[in-house]
Amino acid sequence: MIEKAEMMTSDVEEIDKGASLAGALVYRHRLPTRLWHWTNAVTIIVMLMSGLMISNAHPHLYWGEYGANLDHAWFHPPHFPGWATIPSTYNLALARHWHLFFAWIFAFGLLAFMLVSLVNRHIQRDLTLTRAELAPAHLWQDIKDHARLKFPTGREALRFNILQKITYIGVVFVVLPLLIVTGLSLSPGFNAVMHWPLDLMGGRSSARSIHFICAGLIAAFIVLHLTLVLLAGPYNEIRSMITGRFRVPPDPVEMPQRSLELSEEMS
Amino acid sequence: MSGLVTRRELVSGLAIGAGGLLSGCDRLGENPGFRALLKSGEHGNYAVQRLLQDRTALAEEFAPSQRSPVFRANGTRMPGGDDYARHLAAGFADWRLVVDGAVARPQSLTMGEVKGMPARHQITRHDCVEGWSAIAKWTGVPLKLLLDRAGVSREARFVVLHCADPQSNGTMYYESIDLLDAYHPQTILAWAINDLLLPVQNGAPLRLRVERQLGYKQAKYVQRIEAVTSLAGIYGGGGGYWEDAAGYEWYAGL
Repeated sequence: MIEKAEMMTSDVEEIDKGASLAGALVYRHRLPTRLWHWTNAVTIIVMLMSGLMISNAHPHLYWGEYGANLDHAWFHPPHFPGWATIPSTYNLALARHWHLFFAWIFAFGLLAFMLVSLVNRHIQRDLTLTRAELAPAHLWQDIKDHARLKFPTGREALRFNILQKITYIGVVFVVLPLLIVTGLSLSPGFNAVMHWPLDLMGGRSSARSIHFICAGLIAAFIVLHLTLVLLAGPYNEIRSMITGRFRVPPDPVEMPQRSLELSEEMS
Repeated sequence: MSGLVTRRELVSGLAIGAGGLLSGCDRLGENPGFRALLKSGEHGNYAVQRLLQDRTALAEEFAPSQRSPVFRANGTRMPGGDDYARHLAAGFADWRLVVDGAVARPQSLTMGEVKGMPARHQITRHDCVEGWSAIAKWTGVPLKLLLDRAGVSREARFVVLHCADPQSNGTMYYESIDLLDAYHPQTILAWAINDLLLPVQNGAPLRLRVERQLGYKQAKYVQRIEAVTSLAGIYGGGGGYWEDAAGYEWYAGL
């Protein structure tokens, strides 16, 4: 057990394939990952909630180079109530102070996480997609497993499943960087330094719209993430993100499955 | 069952935590020390943007066809008080643009003289701090030419723009920029928008365009340009009406 506890998740495959890991406490998340996770837990919440206050200042989204009240808006975000915003009563100036201060932590945190995860091979080992995983049958199976809330057990519980991988890749390499680029592109000072990101997105109002859409995607990700943590076993999941140690869920008891098969044969 | 209880406890724990977070954030936001920490982000943004920006890096300019159909007016749309009303009735014939403070040759220019100076045309985007944008063509005299005419002294560090519109707190609107932005080629005192003389709602007869910053820096109804060594003694000391009144950033480059 002690030996297993010292192993890295990704090393697990390289040792005795036959051995059962069920019930073992294994080292699942490295320190940089855990640090980034909890930094983000605070930073992203602050960014989202101060962002909702900023949204309240002008709750209209447009496409194109410009967009003001008399122009056509494609979406009007709702007015966000005080419990959802930082600060809780209308104060655009203070919300901007929160937002633009934490933006530094957010942006450099992401950069550091990407660099460290390249160096410690977290990205290469845990986040690269294989051809087999992308096979439609495999994808469909994973979708079904998720829909039935069937969580992986044993060795399978130690690697990201395909939907997890796609989600994490999407969040880390697409949505979060887009939030930073679109956020920077809202700055007239930055646009004087370079406005090709703005040109790529079709203008400042488009960049602002994409910024809001990405923020919505992150909010959705947080809801999904917390829901799955609660369903998968919050104690084990949260511990693994604090200490790094994860208790491998034992394989399901054989009996119920067999009786299920029997009943299927009978019908 | 025990798992369910744990979850319920966790959910209520999260709810209490979120509530605590919220009131905590409000209290933190009111704490002067923490507010100063948050504001250090502004100094960081100012420093980094000045580091990355070429001194004369231009804000994007647009084609006439890319202009907003209507350029939204914001803030003061009609300055209060008799003075402005008189000037408006007289077609700004007696309006004077004063350039003074830390300068060698204080100026007092009529609108005719201002319009007689070389003008720059630029089609630029106005970005409001609230999030909206509008594009228009501006015509006006580069601030650099006015400052050169007055001979800004070596010790001057900022340019303060004094405006003719009184605000609800009893002070007049004002703004200030550093000399780097003051001498920027796109920084002009505009007297026309989209080839027409500025209407009152857009700042008649003169407004500042400082294109690498947000909308509230674009002071309207400009009467006096003052070169200063420090912003400390001017109104609230924040360097602008919105900076003093609501705590907005003095450097509004983002």
